[in-house]
Amino acid sequence: MTQLSGEAPLRSEHDVVLARQLVRRLTLELGFSLVDQTKMVTATSELARNAYTYGRGGTLHWEFVEREMRRGLKLLFADEGPGIPNMDLAMTDGWTSGHGLGMGLTGSKRLVNEFEIDSKVGGGTRVTIVRWK
Amino acid sequence: MAHVFMSNVLKKNTNELQSAWAKELATAMPTGKGRISAREVEQQTTEFLNLLSAAIGHARNGDISGTEFKPIREFLEGLSRSRVQQGFTSDETATFIFSVKKPLFQAIRVEAGKNADVLADEIWLVTQLLDSLGLHTIKTYQKAREEIINRQQREMLELSTPVVKLWDGILALPMIGTLDSARTQVVMESLLQRVVETGSQIVILDITGVPTVDTLVAQHLLKTVTALRLMGADCIISGVRPQIAQTIVHLGVDLQGVTTKANLADALKLALKRTGSTLQA
Amino acid sequence: MERIPILRMGEFLLVTIQVDMQDQLALKLQDDLSNTILKRTTRGVLIDISALEMVDSFIGRMVSDISGIAKILGAETVLVGMQPAVAITLVELGLSLPGVATALDMERGMALLRRMIDGALEAHDTVVG
Repeated sequence: MTQLSGEAPLRSEHDVVLARQLVRRLTLELGFSLVDQTKMVTATSELARNAYTYGRGGTLHWEFVEREMRRGLKLLFADEGPGIPNMDLAMTDGWTSGHGLGMGLTGSKRLVNEFEIDSKVGGGTRVTIVRWK
Repeated sequence: MAHVFMSNVLKKNTNELQSAWAKELATAMPTGKGRISAREVEQQTTEFLNLLSAAIGHARNGDISGTEFKPIREFLEGLSRSRVQQGFTSDETATFIFSVKKPLFQAIRVEAGKNADVLADEIWLVTQLLDSLGLHTIKTYQKAREEIINRQQREMLELSTPVVKLWDGILALPMIGTLDSARTQVVMESLLQRVVETGSQIVILDITGVPTVDTLVAQHLLKTVTALRLMGADCIISGVRPQIAQTIVHLGVDLQGVTTKANLADALKLALKRTGSTLQA
Repeated sequence: MERIPILRMGEFLLVTIQVDMQDQLALKLQDDLSNTILKRTTRGVLIDISALEMVDSFIGRMVSDISGIAKILGAETVLVGMQPAVAITLVELGLSLPGVATALDMERGMALLRRMIDGALEAHDTVVG
């Protein structure tokens, strides 16, 4: 029986590569167009890298979702890092914390259909993205 | 128990139910004749009854979201899709389900005999279940219709923005109508693909047929131009009326060194010069 | 750790990126290229990404950096073969790689490098082969 959800660690650079490959497989399975696959894999690369590099490591939770009979892929990048102190600033295009956090977030937002970020200073960051077929 | 009752009713009466149902369908949908064969109706009604028989043991409140109902949901999805393609309306498609009520209720009446409670319970159970299945069918019908309409729209978009090979290595794309983000996506994808297929180095984007150029349209144009450049193709925008040139300057849009020309002929001359000089080198 | 090979073709260097790179590997490539450009009096560098199905901001920045570093060390750089889906995604991501010359394929890439080196074109402009 096909798996409908799962997890992958984001604790090393290699994990980031594996995460990309995982998402490529998942989007292929859902029958996404090549462009949509690429967008999702690229968003994964950005967000996974953030979680690993600035978030001090975390986990990718993935899930096949359905709404009104449309199928999609939902990804949650959760880390236990320092959190983002100024969300508005972080979501401004081109902003960087000096660590290059800027582009990953705003850029990824444009690559997906739904984007949600939840971050607490000292309490980690959770970014959820969804792409529908 | 209620569930066992219905399973038995279905198992005992499958053939009679199937033929009574087929008759109901023929009466309810006389226009169906010709679009769908009697054989197809027979196959579909039989399969539905089998699937219903297998799933009905788990029926509860008309809730069909459980895994036990997956086969029957999928069957109905397939049915809706083919009805859309055959040109049926959503009413006609839902009639498929709703017309099985009469034969089923009759079978229940026979089995329940004088037991009014059983009769009431079973009819209620079956009503809830068939209503849910009917609604599911209508939903899937609508979704299938949407998918087909979207696909047709996409195909029309592609047709209305034809990529034309003007010369060896030179493609032209006459853009007509408004440039919204959906159209831009379709255009970009097919254009870039053609660039790869033809190995064309220069793309002329002709915007003579684009009525307004505001910030959004300029952004869409810019995206297309940038993507082409990243791939290694050169871009010339033609059909730039003075008014549009003003808008672009006022908007502060940086066309990143892309040359603009007033008309397609000038753009082509320039493109030929550029490819010509490449050959000379 | 694996390395991305750098091939020499006359006075040009050719790098073909075919593997899904870890960040470290990308940085190593940047290092290796810089050293090789210096050591071999290179005039031009071709980076072939026709096999890459994804380019993210990290790789994009790496390519920009390589182009800039090479220029300082006296070499021009051309990025070759970006796939359509990758180009569309990069643009949506917000990356346009200004200042990086691009070409459709190797043949055109080399022709472009020739023209750039022969001083016919300014590499700072958005140059395309």
